[in-house]
Amino acid sequence: MHIVVVGLSHKTAPVEIREKLAIPESRMGEALTRLCSYQGVREGILLSTCNRVEVYAVVDEIESGYGRIQDFLADAHLSLSSEQLTPHLYWHEGDRAISHLFRVASSLDSMIVGESQILGQIKEAFDVALAHKATGIILNKVVKKAISVAKRVRTETKIAEMAVSVSYAAVELAKKIFSNLSEKTVLLVGAGEMAKLAARHFIANGVRHVRVTTRNPQHALELANRFSGTAVAFEEFLEDMASADIVLVSTGAAHYLVSEDDVQRSVKQRMNRPMFLIDISVPRNIDPAVRHVDNAFLFDIDDLKTRVEQNRGERLNEAEKAERMVVDEVGIVRQWLQSLEVTPTIMALRARVDDIKQAELDKTLGRLANLSALERELVEAMASSIVNKLIHNTMVTLKAEVNSSEGAAFVEAARRFFSLGDPAVCNVNESASSSSGTCHSSQADLREVGEVTPRTGSKMPDH
Amino acid sequence: MAAMFFVVTMALYFAATVSYLAYLLWATEALSKISLGITAVGFTSHSIALGVGMVGATDVSSPGFHEALSFSSWVLILVFLVVEFRHRLHVLGSFIVPLALISLVFAAALPETAPTLTPVFRTLWVHVTLSMLGTVGFAIAFVAGVMYLIQDGLLKSKRFNVLYSKLPALDFLDHLNQQSIVTGFPLLTLGIITGALSAEFSRGSYLNWNPEQTWALVTWVFYFVVLMGRLTVGWRAKRAAYLTIIGFAGVILTLIGVVLKGHGPVS
Repeated sequence: MHIVVVGLSHKTAPVEIREKLAIPESRMGEALTRLCSYQGVREGILLSTCNRVEVYAVVDEIESGYGRIQDFLADAHLSLSSEQLTPHLYWHEGDRAISHLFRVASSLDSMIVGESQILGQIKEAFDVALAHKATGIILNKVVKKAISVAKRVRTETKIAEMAVSVSYAAVELAKKIFSNLSEKTVLLVGAGEMAKLAARHFIANGVRHVRVTTRNPQHALELANRFSGTAVAFEEFLEDMASADIVLVSTGAAHYLVSEDDVQRSVKQRMNRPMFLIDISVPRNIDPAVRHVDNAFLFDIDDLKTRVEQNRGERLNEAEKAERMVVDEVGIVRQWLQSLEVTPTIMALRARVDDIKQAELDKTLGRLANLSALERELVEAMASSIVNKLIHNTMVTLKAEVNSSEGAAFVEAARRFFSLGDPAVCNVNESASSSSGTCHSSQADLREVGEVTPRTGSKMPDH
Repeated sequence: MAAMFFVVTMALYFAATVSYLAYLLWATEALSKISLGITAVGFTSHSIALGVGMVGATDVSSPGFHEALSFSSWVLILVFLVVEFRHRLHVLGSFIVPLALISLVFAAALPETAPTLTPVFRTLWVHVTLSMLGTVGFAIAFVAGVMYLIQDGLLKSKRFNVLYSKLPALDFLDHLNQQSIVTGFPLLTLGIITGALSAEFSRGSYLNWNPEQTWALVTWVFYFVVLMGRLTVGWRAKRAAYLTIIGFAGVILTLIGVVLKGHGPVS
């Protein structure tokens, strides 16, 4: 039994290939079933985001397993042959496969190192796999461990602290103007993807009042409902601007919608309370001259990107720390996996019962000092016979199940029944259970286009 | 004894100032802890110096300019320590501790008890304490104003340096500015009233338009206008920051007025 991963990512394949292979959520179940129907594939989990498509599996044999998974990927899209796919794929097995998963979960392999969406995506992929019973004892534990490693990386390094996406950068800047976002009002002008994303980030950071305006009143209403906010008529938003502390503009308009005078007037109406304006549109929708208005702070897409670039450098240092953590954690999982091997388990079981037998014999024979040599032999033989009979079935079952899909589970059970567990097993159990069951819906809600692109250039499908 | 502690305090505040200014450049957690530690030790020494000085003083009813400045420096550090423990606002130290040091240096430049003391209104110390507490309030408003303008400038010019990441949010600074004035203004008002009363007792007239009194009144009117402007027509944010910085210059001029008058009893 071997853990393998076959896949491609933004590092190895262009978006044209990635989008062909991407598995839509609706077809995930079917794909998982198909994956597990291949001969020799015991467990599987599919990770499909806009930046990567990966298959993690537990297979009987590495080489044939690689082949099966590659077939599986090629089958997913008729226009792609296995050969066309090969140059873009990577294959890892054993420690390297586990390490790869840990690095992906910790966002060390992401386009933007430290982004948090990938963890939510892995949790989702895992939930789907669990729902379709595609995973077993090994992947369950390894994936749970990956999630806990990712959390450890996020809490113990500063990798996630710095704003490295445009919408995070917007929130970070807002926090330098307003100390408490919960009392603030966001006005969303236009329905560009990036602006919606930024609006979600603001809500996640405590903003409760959202006002929405778009040229299409119906659209504004829908958006307002989604953010539990209120819709504002597009013709009136300039008058309404004074009520907003944060103005997010992202429309398709080819000219300035907001002039210096508009902002000047709003600031005056606000009695000089500061205003934070973010223009994510390309071409820009807020006149750059707004910069000259006191107590109004305007940032456009380039300003936000500059902030993102600055943070990225610092983040790379933290990534090195995270890499060391991944190495440590892979070591722990390796120990656990080794404990699942049948032969060492049988040997450990044998040694354990022999120890018990010998200890009991020594105790008993010590009290029966005047036994003859023959009698001593008989007592010893009886002890051996009892012990052997007791463990016989266990041994046979273990050997028989070694190649079945539940082999690992049998080994694990035997190790627990006879207390053969090593500390590594406990570790995996604890950290896995503590990591599961937390909210990932909020993470999932905050999905983000991995790449920093203005709304007009954003063609990526949502993950 | 008091003099020794006073010198120790000054040395410690000097060290803390250097350390806090270094913090502005490098902003490491260690530097902020070291700076805070030195400040706290300095504050303890300062408290002892003030305590011993008070016990040793023969005439507590008529504090000199030295005591007044030393006291305001002590209150300034006290306020800083309280804010630091509540808000973990390390960078505030980089602004307030140097101010406290300057105040202390001026105190050191003046003799501890003025030789030209004339017996005046017995509760002169009430006037001095209130005025100095008011001054501390304006000093903090001044610091908040300076920090506001720096952060505002950094945001406007989009320079995201260490200072940008360490300075708090603009509205926090604006709020601090407002609170300091709202607290300082009534104290200064009472300080001026008690001062006028004491002048009446000692010289027979409430007001004789000496530089100190003139500047005190100008300052009072100025802060009154600033406060009213803020509460009614929205003089907040950047304008409030500029105004409080100008106002603090008035406070300094008043203090200089006191010194020029001859460091006798205040008022």
